[in-house]
Amino acid sequence: MMTKKKWDVIVIGSGPGGLAAAIEAKKSGAQDVLIVERDVELGGILLQCIHNGFGLELFGEDMPGPTYAQTFIDEALELGVETRLDTMVMDVTPMRQVYVTKRDGFEELEARAVVLAMGCRERTRPQIRIPGTRPAGVYMAGLAQQFVNIEGWMPGERFVILGSGDIGMIMARRLTFEGAKVERVLEVMPYLTGLMRNYVQCLLDFDIPLELEHTVGRIIGHDRVEAVEAVQVDKDWKAVPGSEEIIPCDTLLLSVGLIPENELSRRAGVAIDPVTGGPYVNEDMETNIPGIFAAGNVVHVYDLVDWVTEAGYVAGCGAAKFAIEQRKHIDRELPVDTGENVHHVIPHRLRKDALVERDVQLQMRVTRPIEERVSVELVDGQEVVARQGARYARPGEMVTLTVPQKAYDAVNKAERLSVRVRER
Amino acid sequence: MAKETTELICITCPMGCTLDVTHEGDTIVDIEGNTCKRGEDYAKEELTNPQRMVTTTVRVAGGLHPLMPVYTSAPIPKARIFDLLADIRKVEIQAPIRVGDVVLEDVVDTDVDVLASRDMPAT
Repeated sequence: MMTKKKWDVIVIGSGPGGLAAAIEAKKSGAQDVLIVERDVELGGILLQCIHNGFGLELFGEDMPGPTYAQTFIDEALELGVETRLDTMVMDVTPMRQVYVTKRDGFEELEARAVVLAMGCRERTRPQIRIPGTRPAGVYMAGLAQQFVNIEGWMPGERFVILGSGDIGMIMARRLTFEGAKVERVLEVMPYLTGLMRNYVQCLLDFDIPLELEHTVGRIIGHDRVEAVEAVQVDKDWKAVPGSEEIIPCDTLLLSVGLIPENELSRRAGVAIDPVTGGPYVNEDMETNIPGIFAAGNVVHVYDLVDWVTEAGYVAGCGAAKFAIEQRKHIDRELPVDTGENVHHVIPHRLRKDALVERDVQLQMRVTRPIEERVSVELVDGQEVVARQGARYARPGEMVTLTVPQKAYDAVNKAERLSVRVRER
Repeated sequence: MAKETTELICITCPMGCTLDVTHEGDTIVDIEGNTCKRGEDYAKEELTNPQRMVTTTVRVAGGLHPLMPVYTSAPIPKARIFDLLADIRKVEIQAPIRVGDVVLEDVVDTDVDVLASRDMPAT
């Protein structure tokens, strides 16, 4: 029988959390570590975060996002982490089976431990319920970032950005670099929600006005965005009458929050904290399902990638330890194979130290009838470990063999056992 | 020359300290609000010749993606950012490229280079 490959650790997603988990799993002694990534390359969202500011906490170095990712991609590959790219995970089970689709079809993978590292998603227009028409030209900021930085096309010429988070401010600068005009950044809160340094180097440097306690009251335009109506809000987020201002523009970017992406986690039975939107975890980043761990923004949304990496290390280490324990447990068990004239035998496996406690009964059925005295034998290669006689053997009648405690030594040194039923 | 106080926000790290810089022209008399030495260096430079790291993209031929993310090896004068972007826009590089490869040398009259931010495999 062909034994299907079982991975020590399968990591779902190759962003900073997934890469760190895979690296640390390897370093902690996991043997086969696989990353499954739906994109055509490793790295995740860092690849479109071309700005610098990454790595200050972890390396004391100021790196662009893709460089930070490259460091971990190189390390993972050097350590022998295996990858399936362009491969989408469809389902994860509580028994840690991972079902994937790729260009050449469907595949079932098995793991001793799984690390969920799917990251997060952007909050969308329907989720914040902006009134107005539904023209083209409304994008999430991160999506626009992918268009501009990876695919090389501009989603518009005159922008309004809703949300003063880091992605929104960084996109304001990026679009300015590429020749667009950013008319306004609106923030519903009475304070900046991103980092001060981004306010300075992304907005102040390019005279892009920021308005706090303002939001989009309505989107205007039929086929394409023609303007947005900005409106001031009071402390209950209610529009202040008379504060409306029409800002002509052709594109509205939304940078209004990130939500941990846990569709797969839920399918695996992982319990989700309604406050964070991510799994409940222990200090090893293990979820409520034993052997399923979670790393990075899938758990809760971090401010800095360096902290995502550290969370990945914790999850990867926990996953490796779990896998090694699983392996030890399996190593203590012997397969019991079907030999001559045996159709099947129960149990399939025998713990090496089972006979310490008691005799063990094996139950089997034969393939062909023998109408004379037979010998029912448990053997290790050619060495007989236990033997019992019977007057005959018939497929219709179950045959049993009791393995006595005195066979302990023989069982303990065996690597495989098999049973056979034959004429004496 | 009269003393004046300029408020700056330090961008050296994510903390973003607010610096109250008292100065006579370009000469700094006192800095308050910084929590490390880097704040002082930042204030001096920001008052006289503000510098910024620049990150952008360069067109790539024959690569996995049509664009290569790039960054300046050191900060350049803030006033020259758009000159640099105009120069970069004229360039097209050929894949494959390794992270750290020099894409443009000695840009906008500085000894700063523009470097590739990642590997770009050829297709």
